[in-house]
Amino acid sequence: MIPPRFDYTRPATLAEAVGILAADEDAKVLAGGQSLLPLLRFRLASPTSVVDLGAIAGLRGVADEGGHVRVGALTTHYEVVNDPLIAAHCGLLAQATRTVADPAVRHRGTIGGSMAHADPAGDLPAVALALAAEFLVTGPGGDRSVPAAEFFVDYLTTALEPGEVLTAIRIPKLDGWSFHYEKFSRTAQAWAIVGVAAAVRRVNGDITEARVGLTNMGTTPVRADSVESACRGIPAQADAIHEAARSADAEADPPSDLSAQADYRRHLARVLTGRALARAAGS
Amino acid sequence: MPNIRVTVDGVRYDDQVEARNLLVHYLREQLGKVGTPIGCDTSNCGACTVLLDGLSAKSCSVLAVQADGHDITTIEGLAADGRWHPLQRAFHEHHALQCGYCTPGMILAAIDLLRENPDPSDEEIREGLEGNLCRCTGYANIVAAVRAAAAEIRAAAAAPAPRASADPVPSAAAAAPSVEATP
Repeated sequence: MIPPRFDYTRPATLAEAVGILAADEDAKVLAGGQSLLPLLRFRLASPTSVVDLGAIAGLRGVADEGGHVRVGALTTHYEVVNDPLIAAHCGLLAQATRTVADPAVRHRGTIGGSMAHADPAGDLPAVALALAAEFLVTGPGGDRSVPAAEFFVDYLTTALEPGEVLTAIRIPKLDGWSFHYEKFSRTAQAWAIVGVAAAVRRVNGDITEARVGLTNMGTTPVRADSVESACRGIPAQADAIHEAARSADAEADPPSDLSAQADYRRHLARVLTGRALARAAGS
Repeated sequence: MPNIRVTVDGVRYDDQVEARNLLVHYLREQLGKVGTPIGCDTSNCGACTVLLDGLSAKSCSVLAVQADGHDITTIEGLAADGRWHPLQRAFHEHHALQCGYCTPGMILAAIDLLRENPDPSDEEIREGLEGNLCRCTGYANIVAAVRAAAAEIRAAAAAPAPRASADPVPSAAAAAPSVEATP
């Protein structure tokens, strides 16, 4: 279908974009458009105006900030997958991004758009949560930083206030950690029924620290705190890891929908967390 | 209405478009380039795939205004000097289509795949084309066609001059560079 009518602007500066958004609560931000355009086509969204960030300089690209890697909100999935800094310091993000949709969508879709859209079945929010990323936001009141644990508020809802634009995501470098993103979906390019973002740090054959974020196990991504605790100090071996993963669904309140019932999702979360951690730990 | 300047299949256009117009509608209805079909309208099927600055994009998921200042290649821009692109020829020769509806998107997605990976395995071809659906169950022959075209393009690139191409089709080497010309 043809989208409903809207005003279209392509401001040259962030300040101008914020001004337009602050003056109109029904305005929508357009980044790569791979989530927004389907919503417009299905007429699930009818914004009065669409603010295209595409002409604003400085929102795209990856930078080394010492202990962090800063990824501009307009950096495409394709660029994330091929970026050497991300490969070196945030491999989990690259691996999960490689599973997003298909090549044509990854050429256009952006990391900022995926995060701000906050679909619980999207792969990247769980990664941001597991990596304790920070979301850099600019709005009418200036700049602020939102931790991943506070950014995802509800189904398709983030901590972004009216007039605010997500400008970048800062990801702490987890050098020396190993990782794996395990995704369970029905067909190629389908959304995750459940996904697990796992990272572990090993010392002398034991797991000293683990991070686990779950995709599509609730209205927001879920940090699996119980598993993270259960992993601390265990041998990096399959038996111990799968035992620890039995509490993977403890913090989750998964939905029942056409893809899966809640109890099946709980089962998947436990099994896939075990697999993700075992792969991450190389066991 | 916003004004856009785009290059489509090597021709520059300066047009007014409605902001809500999708790129695929602009191509079909304003430029008459109906070689790009509208398939699912849900971003799933990939039938409307074009190259946008050399990278595959689903033209139902791009606003025409977003294409302002960019270069677009559709299936109609692939043949050069009256000769098909090696992928077009390979799809024909390997019976990689039945109804043909998915074919323009398949071929443009395959061009994008070979740009990144000139010698893909069958598995890599299937992954590279995962955003393109064929409902005539023709995937086996599509994979064979892409593999054959990849070999032809590699052979043409390796040949010192067009005449020396190892390819049985004399025009192959001359047609091959159009793959490189798109970005």
